[in-house]
Amino acid sequence: MQRLTDRNHRPRLMEAFWDFLRSLNDAYGINLVQFYDDFERTRLLRGMWTTIKLAVICIGLSVIIGIIGAWLQGSRHRVLKAIVQGYIQFFRNTPPLVQMYFFYFALGPQMPRVVNEYGIAQPMLGSFEWAVISLSFFAGAFNVEIFRSGIEAVQKSTIEAAESLCFNRWQTYWYVILPLAVRFCLPALNNNLVNLAKTTTQAYAIAVPETLYVASQIWSDHINVFEMMITLLTFYLLLVGVIVWLMTRLERALAIPGFGR
Amino acid sequence: MKRKFSAAIAALFGAVMAMGATAQADQLAEIKQKGTLVVGVKTDYPPWGMRDANGNIVGMEPDMAADVAKRLGVKLELVPVVSSNRIQFLQQGKIDLMIATMSDTPERRKVVGIIDPVYYASGVALLANKAANIKSVEDLKGKPVCALQGAYYNNDMQSKYTQTDLVAFKGIPEAEQALLDGRCVGFIYDDVVLIWKKAQDPKFANFEVVPLPQWPVVPWGIAVKLEERDGPWGKFMAETITDWLKSGTLLELEKKWVGDNTAWLKEASEKAKGN
Repeated sequence: MQRLTDRNHRPRLMEAFWDFLRSLNDAYGINLVQFYDDFERTRLLRGMWTTIKLAVICIGLSVIIGIIGAWLQGSRHRVLKAIVQGYIQFFRNTPPLVQMYFFYFALGPQMPRVVNEYGIAQPMLGSFEWAVISLSFFAGAFNVEIFRSGIEAVQKSTIEAAESLCFNRWQTYWYVILPLAVRFCLPALNNNLVNLAKTTTQAYAIAVPETLYVASQIWSDHINVFEMMITLLTFYLLLVGVIVWLMTRLERALAIPGFGR
Repeated sequence: MKRKFSAAIAALFGAVMAMGATAQADQLAEIKQKGTLVVGVKTDYPPWGMRDANGNIVGMEPDMAADVAKRLGVKLELVPVVSSNRIQFLQQGKIDLMIATMSDTPERRKVVGIIDPVYYASGVALLANKAANIKSVEDLKGKPVCALQGAYYNNDMQSKYTQTDLVAFKGIPEAEQALLDGRCVGFIYDDVVLIWKKAQDPKFANFEVVPLPQWPVVPWGIAVKLEERDGPWGKFMAETITDWLKSGTLLELEKKWVGDNTAWLKEASEKAKGN
């Protein structure tokens, strides 16, 4: 017992486990190279970390875009409303993969260039940044509509009550409408955010080293497609599982007895 | 009934024997008698084999095929082949000769007659941005390198040299665009294709081809049917290729089509002259 908890012996324990996985390949042809090989494991973990970062940042940004967009939709300015409508139509009616290509290859090179440490004039935003922009705006367009559906479900009398208490438009939105609207639209929002987490795989097309990108490199090097597919599916199942769990907790925490039944 | 069946078997057996006998016969004499040489070449691999604006098959390998026909004094017929069917076309006798950018491997030597000497070879190189001043693979540590997803050299490139994620894309156009946009210091690919791209396209003026001898050079072989390799037809082709190397014909053709000479071909031609 003493030996197993000893810090110096811990790496040896891991090593023994990797050796066990290696023996699976020799004995049964089950090639889990993505775990036992240091290089492959490191890059796969880095890929998973990139996916998590991408998903979390995009979820955050797309929710903010949704909240602001839905508020602007209720604006009295025609131009502002038209802009929001145009934004929704553009991002909702084009495939995210095409958007990603468009941003990275068409819009990207038009950005101001900075000379990087290797002496090359590089466009300002890289593939990760463009993936964040594209995915956030894509999911944000759906979020605007989702929040709108929630806002429209809020009873007129509630809004009139807020107005009679001298709340201005933003105060009414922020303190009265939005808290109720969020509760109405959480199930639809959950769906969209889960979809967003899965759509991060498309960043693969513009060479963002996320999980699918790394996995495809590993399976083309080692031809262990089956093992990699299982690994990939398990990873996304866990990732989406965590997101759904968090959203369900949020839903429960926000529940008001007797509201929305 | 039984007799009929055995007769059929005998007939079939005889036919197979006869076919074997034809294959054993002198294909060189046959081609001369036919008056046509049928050569399988590629149409999807510029500048080695491609179609021009009029749909004609042109390129370095069709030129080589034309030279073989000239030496034999027969007409030339080019048949387009792709990597997945070229070996079958040769085995089935649809083509007499295959000059189709085929890498020479021990597995292929078991099924087709790859002629010695080999006529060409390709290695791995980097189309590098001159501004990055890359002289060898050692200069790539920590730098972004563009690549094709699934290429066999990607793993070594990342694990041994760059030690950072490659910027890999599905197709060559995307990788090229990323290179031109300054998203990476260089594009790792087959050296001969990069030399050709650099020579024919002015947009690569500020780029240079840096050879990466860390990856071995893979020879390309011309092939005849396996049973013809040591017969008169195979011997004729071996002599022809030796002569191409000695006389500098291949160097000229490479200069004409690719735009520059590769180190491998220069060396192979020198060696052939020495013998």
